[in-house]
Amino acid sequence: METTLRGFVHKYGKNVDTDVIIPGKYCNIIDPVELGKHALEGLDPDYTAKMKKGDVIVADTNFGCGSSREVAPIAIKGSGTSAVIAKSFARIFYRNALNIGLPIFESPEAVDGIESGDEIELDPATGVIKNMTKGTSFKAAEFPPFMRQLIEAGGLVPYVEQRLAKRI
Amino acid sequence: MGMTLTEKILARHAGLDRVEPGQIINANVDLVLANELSAAVAIGVMRGIKGADKVFDRDKIALVEDHFVPAKDAQSAKLAKLMKDFAAEQQITHFFDVGRGGIEHVVLPEEGLVAPGELIVGGDSHTCTYGALGAFATGMGSTDIAAAFVLGEVWLKVPATIKVVYDGELQPMVFAKDLMLRTVGELGIDGATYRAIEYHGSTVDNLSITGRFTMANMAIEAGAKNGIFHADEKAIAFVKERTNRPFVAERADADAVYERVIAIDASALEPQVACPHTPDNVHPISQVTREDVHVDQVFIGSCTNGYIEDLRIVAKILAGKKISPSVRVIVNPGSQKVWMQAATEGILTTLAAAGCAVNTPGCGACFGGHMGTLGDGERAISTTNRNYVGRMGSPKAEVYLASPATCAASALTGKITDPRVLELAGV
Repeated sequence: METTLRGFVHKYGKNVDTDVIIPGKYCNIIDPVELGKHALEGLDPDYTAKMKKGDVIVADTNFGCGSSREVAPIAIKGSGTSAVIAKSFARIFYRNALNIGLPIFESPEAVDGIESGDEIELDPATGVIKNMTKGTSFKAAEFPPFMRQLIEAGGLVPYVEQRLAKRI
Repeated sequence: MGMTLTEKILARHAGLDRVEPGQIINANVDLVLANELSAAVAIGVMRGIKGADKVFDRDKIALVEDHFVPAKDAQSAKLAKLMKDFAAEQQITHFFDVGRGGIEHVVLPEEGLVAPGELIVGGDSHTCTYGALGAFATGMGSTDIAAAFVLGEVWLKVPATIKVVYDGELQPMVFAKDLMLRTVGELGIDGATYRAIEYHGSTVDNLSITGRFTMANMAIEAGAKNGIFHADEKAIAFVKERTNRPFVAERADADAVYERVIAIDASALEPQVACPHTPDNVHPISQVTREDVHVDQVFIGSCTNGYIEDLRIVAKILAGKKISPSVRVIVNPGSQKVWMQAATEGILTTLAAAGCAVNTPGCGACFGGHMGTLGDGERAISTTNRNYVGRMGSPKAEVYLASPATCAASALTGKITDPRVLELAGV
C-alpha cells in the first residue's frame, strides 16, 4: 500500500475525456515517461510545465470518459502526478487506474472543498484527503471489498498469478 | 424476479443461476480482442505475469492491426510488428494484418467471430458494437486484456440495465445513427455509466444489422458498459451465414428488472447532429442549419458507419455529382471485405468521380491518428462516434457527428446540410 501523498492541486471541470488526457496522436507511445510529457495536453497544454512531481489533479464528474486507452492513466502517472480526485470516474478509466496503480479518490465534497493551488495530503489506505491550505478534511468513497482485495494484492497482475497458481 | 438479457449472459458465463446488479463475478470469455495499440501494452503486461507463457486458447483471441496502419511512422510500425510477432509466437488463429482485415469491430462480426449470447472483451472502448448480435461485449484497458489473454476469464461488476424503447417508423433520410445520437443526447455522456443499455421496440426490430451495429457501437458514448439487442431471425441468419459454431440466443425475462425505461418516438425524429465538443451535445438538424456551418472536411467511415450499407447511401447521394470545391471528403470503408464489395458495386468509382479520397480501411482519421487529421481552425462533419476537443487532430478544430446521409449532403454543399432537402430536390 502506498504511503501518504502530498502535492499541489490543479483543478479542472467535468467530463475530462481520454482524448484530452492523451491525444490520439501519442497513442503509439508506450514509454510512461514519454507519455507523461503530453499528459492533459488537449485540455491544458501548460499542465506538464507548471506541475511538480507529486501534484494532484482534481476534477468534477465523469473523469476519463471515452476511450479504453490505458495510456491515459499511464500518462498521468508518468507525468509525476500522484493521484486524481474526482466527483466520479468513467468506468474503464477507473479500472485502468486501479490496474496500473494510479491512486484515485472519489469524493464530491473534496472536489467542492479544494481549489487550484491548494496543497493537499492524501492517504490511499484510508481515503482521507486533507486540504492543508484550508485546514479541512474529507474522506473518499471506500472501494468495494473485491477491489480492495485487488489493491491489497498489489494490483491485477498478482491477482492473475494467484489464480493461475490455483489451476496447476 | 427475472433477469435482463445482460444479466442472463453474465450469469451463464459465471456458472451461476442468477446474478444481481452490483454483484462482482468471474466470467468465462468467448473471445478476447486487441488492436496493435492495446495489444502492445497488454503483451508487455503479460510478459510480466509469472507462469503466463501461453494464452488461454489461441482460437479465442482476435488481434487486428487497425489504428496506425499502414504504419504511419517507425514507432507505429514497431507496435504493429510487436503484435504480429506475438500472434506468430502464440499461434493465434485470428490475426488480421493490413489488407486482410480492417477496423476490428467491422471485421469480427463479418468473420463470424461474434455470436448471440457470447461474452467478448476487447482492448478498445467500441467493443460494445457486438451487442448488435445479442452478445455481451465490453471494452477494457490493456492490463485487463492481458489478464483475459492468460486466464480466459474476467472479473465484472454486473451492471444495472436501462431499457430504451423506440417506436414508430423512421422518416426518409433518418437512420440508426440519428436514433443513437438522439439517445446519447437524452442520456448524456455519463447517463449510462456502469449500466447496460438494452434496445427495444418496433423501430429497432425493423433496423438492419448494420443499423444495430451503429447503435450498439455508441453505447459507450453514454458511458455504458455494453449495449445489447435481442438476436432475432435477422441477427441469427447473419451469424449462421458466417459460422457453424453453436450459440444461445436468449431473451430477457418478461419480469426483468430495469433501472430506468426510456421511450423514444422514432417517427417524430429528424436527422440529428452532435455539435462540438461532446457526443451528447445533440440537436435536430433544423436547429443546426439555421446558420451556415461551413466544413473543411467530411469523413465517412469508422466502426460506427463504415459498413457497405453506409457507403451505398453516400454513393446514392453523390452519384453523378461533384462535392463542393471548398471541402475534402475522405472515405474509409470499414474492412477489406467492405472495400471489395464497394469496388464490385462501383461505389468506389462513384465516390472517386465525385471528388472523394478513398482510403484503405482503418481507424486513423477517427481518433486523430493519421490519414485525415484536422488542423487549427478546421471544422469537420463526420460519421464517427466522438467529437471531444482534439479528437480528430488539432484541439482548435471542431467535429460535428452525423449520419452518412447528412455527411454526404454536406459534402455537396460545403456546409452542414439536411439530407431531406436533397431528397425534396430529387437528388
